[in-house]
Amino acid sequence: MPWQTQDFAAASGPTPQRESPLALGVRNILRKPSSRVALFVLGVIVLVGLLAPLIAPYNPAAQPDIVGLKDLPPSLAHPFGTDPYSRDVLSRVIYGARLSLMIGILATIVSLTLGVAYGAIAGYAGGILDAVMMRVLDAFLSIPRLLLLIGVLVAWPRLSIGALVVFLGLTGWFGLSRIVRGQVLALKHAEFVTAAQALGASRRRILWRHLLPNIVSPIVVAATLGVAHVIVLEAGLSYLGIGVPQPLASWGNIIQDGSDQVATLWWMSLFPGLFMVLTVMTLNILAESLSDAYERRR
Amino acid sequence: MLRYIAQRLAQAAVIVAIVATITFALIHLAPGDPFSAVMDNPNVSETVRQTLRAQYGLDRPLPEQFVRYVGLLAHGELGWSFSHERPVREVLGTALPNTLLLMGVALVGSFVFGILIALFQVSRRGSVTDHVLSGLSLFFFSMPDFWLAILALLTFTYWLPIFPVGGAFDPVMHEYWGLGGRIVDRLYHLALPALTLMLLASAVVARYQRAALLDVLPADYIRTARLKGLTEPEILRRHALRNALLPIITLVGLSFPALLTGAFFVEKIFSWPGMGYAVVLAIGTRDYPLVVGGVIIGSIMVTLGSLLSDVLYALADPRLRSR
Repeated sequence: MPWQTQDFAAASGPTPQRESPLALGVRNILRKPSSRVALFVLGVIVLVGLLAPLIAPYNPAAQPDIVGLKDLPPSLAHPFGTDPYSRDVLSRVIYGARLSLMIGILATIVSLTLGVAYGAIAGYAGGILDAVMMRVLDAFLSIPRLLLLIGVLVAWPRLSIGALVVFLGLTGWFGLSRIVRGQVLALKHAEFVTAAQALGASRRRILWRHLLPNIVSPIVVAATLGVAHVIVLEAGLSYLGIGVPQPLASWGNIIQDGSDQVATLWWMSLFPGLFMVLTVMTLNILAESLSDAYERRR
Repeated sequence: MLRYIAQRLAQAAVIVAIVATITFALIHLAPGDPFSAVMDNPNVSETVRQTLRAQYGLDRPLPEQFVRYVGLLAHGELGWSFSHERPVREVLGTALPNTLLLMGVALVGSFVFGILIALFQVSRRGSVTDHVLSGLSLFFFSMPDFWLAILALLTFTYWLPIFPVGGAFDPVMHEYWGLGGRIVDRLYHLALPALTLMLLASAVVARYQRAALLDVLPADYIRTARLKGLTEPEILRRHALRNALLPIITLVGLSFPALLTGAFFVEKIFSWPGMGYAVVLAIGTRDYPLVVGGVIIGSIMVTLGSLLSDVLYALADPRLRSR
């Protein structure tokens, strides 16, 4: 295991068996009560999203009676009320969980791939290539992500969900790749890399088998925060009317549906927003707990 | 020192040039014309379309268009806003001061408030109050900007009608008031949007500053101060805070993109006539030149913000100042 080589010299006696970063993170999450609660709440929300078709009391897109059933305040039949198209808000929030989480996870996978590749190449190559790649990254980092996405999404109206995911992913890797580059740069001259070089390992093998496994921890933390960030961004874009297209439900576009009459249709912004804050908050707590675990190990 | 500033300036110029290239690519990678709102309109005759294309040079080869675009940008020309029927430069020019006012008030307010919260928490570290405040700042930190703004609007203009619903001043009475009355009216309209944005930003500052203070506390000079017999508040204020303030300067630069993004939503929800409000309205009307203009100006603001904070950092840190 590559990360055992690091404290080869420091260890006195037999090298202690090290946990994998993932196992370590999970153990730390389970130890603290606050992150245990967060994990539970997030688990419930994920489950709600996964089982949406079974849980949702109504079809989220159905408009049963656009005159008689529209704009109803919360009641027993419609716990979260109905929207101006007579759709059931609870069902839309449940399906919204499914879509918002899915978009968050998929977009983060895209940006994770790009960020790790870009950062690892820049850090490992060094020299002029690194300098150029970093200046380009600086430029990307100085365009606020929301603005960049607005610019893109206004140019490409009527995007599919897949394309939205790709664009969210394409604009989310800049910060991560800087972290990865820093880590690679720091470890590039570590003794275990020199040892691997001396043993004749190829550059690709050193990068993938020796360097990257050692920086899994910051990547896991960044990914957790990344999912939270994408959920907020997607909601913001949907709220502006350029994110998830109707009649699909996402937390942001439910709020958008009620935004013309915020005061009278308060249930339309309150309930999806609460779900959103809970999800983002639990992800932030988990990320904090993960990074605590990794810092303490250092 | 001067060399460092010059270096950072050159870097900022390169960044702006790359941003210009990215926005140019954005415009030209998009399907159809960037002005599809006008171009797709069946009421617009073929002649008008041809004229528009020629006017914007859309019939020229790409490299030529790029040179033209950069030249215009360098002169501060951002194109023509279809929905306002005015140059984008003028539309954003009138809106920008309002955005800067909102962001400025929120920035200063959030740093003062956030640092005070952090100091209070650290002076009672580990207590219930500390945990509650940490939870609260995490809650506001996790809150999407637009949702908090909607809640603030709901609570303080409809349920408890303390503040005006929107705008930068009273549309009727503003004319009839004297200077004093106008200033009060403006402040009254600024209060709720600025407080909302401030609350969002102070959550970040408080979290960051609390961590920075806790990082400093185990240091030797803190122990020395404690051994000298200084009281805990004195140690915090005179030794810990001074040393933990340096990272705050970096945070000012880092907070710029978030503050700008927050301002976009806050302006939309409170109808605050700033850049964000103009751009959000332009999304609805598909006024593409105005949207791109907003992207460019926003990026320049962020670049300048980080430049400023880097220079301030160098000035504040004696180790860098002497270089």
